[in-house]
Amino acid sequence: MIKKFDKKDEESGSGSNPFQHLEKSAVLQEARIFNETPINPRRCLHILTKIIYLLNQGEHFGTMEATEAFFAMTRLFQSNDQTLRRMCYLTIKEMANISEDVIIVTSSLTKDMTGKEDVYRGPAIRALCRITDTTMLQAIERYMKQAIVDKVPSVSSSALVSSLHMVKMSYDVVKRWVNEAQEAASSDNIMVQYHALGLLYHLRKNDRLAVSKMLNKFTKSGLKSPFAYCMLIRIASKLLEETEAGHDSPLFDFIESCLRNKHEMVVYEAASAIVHMPNCTARELAPAVSVLQLFCSSPKAALRYAAVRTLNKVAMKHPSAVTACNLDLENLITDSNRSIATLAITTLLKTGSESSVDRLMKQISSFVSEISDEFKVVVVQAISALCQKYPRKHSVMMNFLSNMLRDDGGFEYKRAIVDCIISIIEENPESKETGLAHLCEFIEDCEHTVLATKILHLLGKEGPRTPSPSKYIRFIFNRVVLESEAVRAAAVSALAKFGAQNDDLLPSVLVLMQRCMMDSDDEVRDRATFYMNVLQQKQKALNAAYIFNVRLCLSVSVPGLEKSLHQYTLEPTEKPFDMKSVPLANTPITEQKTEFAPVATSKLPEKPGPTRQDIYQEQLAAIPEFQGLGSLFKTSEAVQLTEAETEYVVRCVKHTFARHMVFQFDCTNTLNDQLLQKVMVQMEPSEAYEVLHYVPAANLPYSQPGSCYSLVRLPEDDPTAVSCTFSCTLKYLVKDCDPNTGEPDDDGYDDEYVLEDLEVTVADHIQKVLKPNFAAAWDEVGDDFEKEETFALASVRTLDEAVGNIISFLGMQPCERSDKVPENKNSHILFLAGVFRGGHDVLVRSRLALADGVTMQVTVRSSDETVVDIILASVG
Amino acid sequence: MDTEPSLYTVKAVLILDNDGERLYAKYYDDTYPSVKEQKAFEKNIFSKTHRTDSEIALLEGLTVVYKSNIDLFFYVVGSSHENELMLMAVLNCLFDSLSQMLRKNVERRALLENMEGLFLAVDEIVDGGVILESDPQQVVHRVALRGEDVPYSEQTVTQVMKTKLKWS
Repeated sequence: MIKKFDKKDEESGSGSNPFQHLEKSAVLQEARIFNETPINPRRCLHILTKIIYLLNQGEHFGTMEATEAFFAMTRLFQSNDQTLRRMCYLTIKEMANISEDVIIVTSSLTKDMTGKEDVYRGPAIRALCRITDTTMLQAIERYMKQAIVDKVPSVSSSALVSSLHMVKMSYDVVKRWVNEAQEAASSDNIMVQYHALGLLYHLRKNDRLAVSKMLNKFTKSGLKSPFAYCMLIRIASKLLEETEAGHDSPLFDFIESCLRNKHEMVVYEAASAIVHMPNCTARELAPAVSVLQLFCSSPKAALRYAAVRTLNKVAMKHPSAVTACNLDLENLITDSNRSIATLAITTLLKTGSESSVDRLMKQISSFVSEISDEFKVVVVQAISALCQKYPRKHSVMMNFLSNMLRDDGGFEYKRAIVDCIISIIEENPESKETGLAHLCEFIEDCEHTVLATKILHLLGKEGPRTPSPSKYIRFIFNRVVLESEAVRAAAVSALAKFGAQNDDLLPSVLVLMQRCMMDSDDEVRDRATFYMNVLQQKQKALNAAYIFNVRLCLSVSVPGLEKSLHQYTLEPTEKPFDMKSVPLANTPITEQKTEFAPVATSKLPEKPGPTRQDIYQEQLAAIPEFQGLGSLFKTSEAVQLTEAETEYVVRCVKHTFARHMVFQFDCTNTLNDQLLQKVMVQMEPSEAYEVLHYVPAANLPYSQPGSCYSLVRLPEDDPTAVSCTFSCTLKYLVKDCDPNTGEPDDDGYDDEYVLEDLEVTVADHIQKVLKPNFAAAWDEVGDDFEKEETFALASVRTLDEAVGNIISFLGMQPCERSDKVPENKNSHILFLAGVFRGGHDVLVRSRLALADGVTMQVTVRSSDETVVDIILASVG
Repeated sequence: MDTEPSLYTVKAVLILDNDGERLYAKYYDDTYPSVKEQKAFEKNIFSKTHRTDSEIALLEGLTVVYKSNIDLFFYVVGSSHENELMLMAVLNCLFDSLSQMLRKNVERRALLENMEGLFLAVDEIVDGGVILESDPQQVVHRVALRGEDVPYSEQTVTQVMKTKLKWS
């Protein structure tokens, strides 16, 4: 061993670090001895080590000082000390981006890479490629080609890897080395083989045919390197996914055969590739699952971790495929690596039976504090999934979650818990009170404003309807006293909701409001004053409109409001601004999260972008024919008017305006030897609808989607005619063209193509609106125009089916979670809310009873009588 | 896995001492672009791993394999989609190479006295995130730290004695 330090250093105890108090300036000063003759390799080596150490510690070097040291260092090439030379290469690489004119060492490095000393050649190639650019690369191209096929593995590997790094910068040059790389791929050395394969793939990855040929060749000839096998498996599974080849493809066979490879690394890669393939059947998964099962009892923690993590993924889609491993997973519950134990438990929670839940939860709570936040989130997600599966277990879960809530943890973790508790409350009415109590306790000491406001909002919504609402008031008012502005404002809003719904609490709420009116923050004061005045009126309708179902902030599209207000200021009129002219926002569809990757992937805050409807509004406004239609009321989902695999693919989006409808036809031409021009869809209505305008698409070249439009006036004399059927024909001028160049012939001929019929239904005239408090909204609309009728739905067998049908038929928003029918009930009430074209609120209460078929009593309320008639007429 | 098949396997190689201080750190991509972010990551890694000897963990969305010996902590970091065993191969190669170079004396002090050996070894194992070599024998051979290169005239008597004794 080389001892380069003084004896004193050696004796100063093991805590000493010879590099600890290095001063950059002192080291650079020392670097002057590089210029001394003869060169003292030992001292120079030590100084280079210090420089690299400083760079490694993140010390910043200025361009001047770095360049100076770099130039001094170049002199060291005169010495033949091996280690010193190698440290020079390292210094070159480290300083390549800091120092100027690093290219001056090119000739020294070129000399070393072609020299006799094998120890120098590989590292010299790598250092040279680090400082070279495209033009210089051409100058050394000949040497690079030679180096790639060199018989010394370290030289060949270095050349291949350096080439790979340079593909990004000089693809065209490196591309010319394919033949050499091909030759290197048949090398005996396992690393050379791996690097050659990697380079070949990067050069060919855009050419699917070449990749497929390459795979074919290597899967047949067989490789030695486990690394190369892993790479091959990845390429093969990528190709399988892209070509959507079935699982009878030879590539799949290859991957499956790798499950029997002698290297664990390859076996695991293959198993993981199979597990990640989309639409794998349980039978295809079975061999992969059984090798993973074997790995579960490996003495190597990394292997156990890899196996259980992959099994966890399988369990999300195919829990039954993993049940065979339950015993092995049980053994991992007590694994000393907590990540493994957590993954094992969450997997078992997905595959195990209801009876094992208690035991597993107990086990996991014993060490939950030891695992990292990432895994805690995984645990919470597993619990959330479990609650949906076994609703009866909610009390165990709730206890566990509240304990987790008390522990330390980051924002992501806490948010996952809060979301989970909220979803349990919404699923299980029995758990509401305990859940709310836990959340109340949590906001007493919560540093995350977002979570506190979210919980306060929930308390305002749910609290007043619990048996004893008064106990929540204290928690809420505490926020007003202690927290930041945003939380105080949210607390005031929540208080108002209690006051509005509980008459006996109203006097106390008013007192509290009075105190809030002296708040230091404008927003808080404004809210308090506003609510104070509304509450003092003691009118139910007012409360409903301004406290529970605040229309402004709930249902209006914000960009739409901005546009309408802008329009209003441009055209000054005597009339007050009409909220009803503002387009409504689509109620966001609440999606169940199905992805439970054990990685906190998105760190970006979710920003609400413009909605789909806002985008359409923008597009339609740009077409002159559609000026003056007013604002867009509703945009439907796209309807397919052709089969999927036809010459022309047409789908239609229906846009509803106050008195008109615009049909947007998105057409795609799938024939590469045709150019379509003047494309339009001719429509023949069945009712008194009148087609006013056609806006054709001028050109429709191969595979580029284009849109044409039709403008239709809704019948004014008969407002109840809401449904209509249009027979549609696609008309166009065909020009034949060259499939390769797309150059069309001069002459064309007219042709047409019959499309499927297009239906307009009552749902197209109604926009969904969520009323968080349906009862209040019901009272607010009042019974001026209320009608009731009873229907028998003979063909429907279950309540679930009936509810689904009604919602999709009317296109209204289910409120109070009434779209979920509790199990084992034979009656149900469905609440629906919406706004009819023209801006009239519509509410539907539908009582359903299950006997032979379903009997339905529908009560409709609206601010307009015609609307009530329309709804009832369309249901009947 | 929707990631592009690639040879870029390793995101970082780290060696920390038992106070969590950086002895060596090499980052191969822009996951942690600034020194500040890197140090924060190292701090997090150390706090999560220094008490348990459990080889592998998932941190900040990255797979970290690690190993500790006396007063040193070795880490190899890769994407969470990466084959854990490949990262383990890198870690084992690094550790075994150093163990040979330091004559089984893998501890902080010996390592600090052979920093250039460490620099060269890591350079031979990973190049720009690509695994260059996984066989410790090959790595030690290529690093070729040769004690005899130092002329005797420049060594102190103790050093000569020590070297002789060690080599015998």
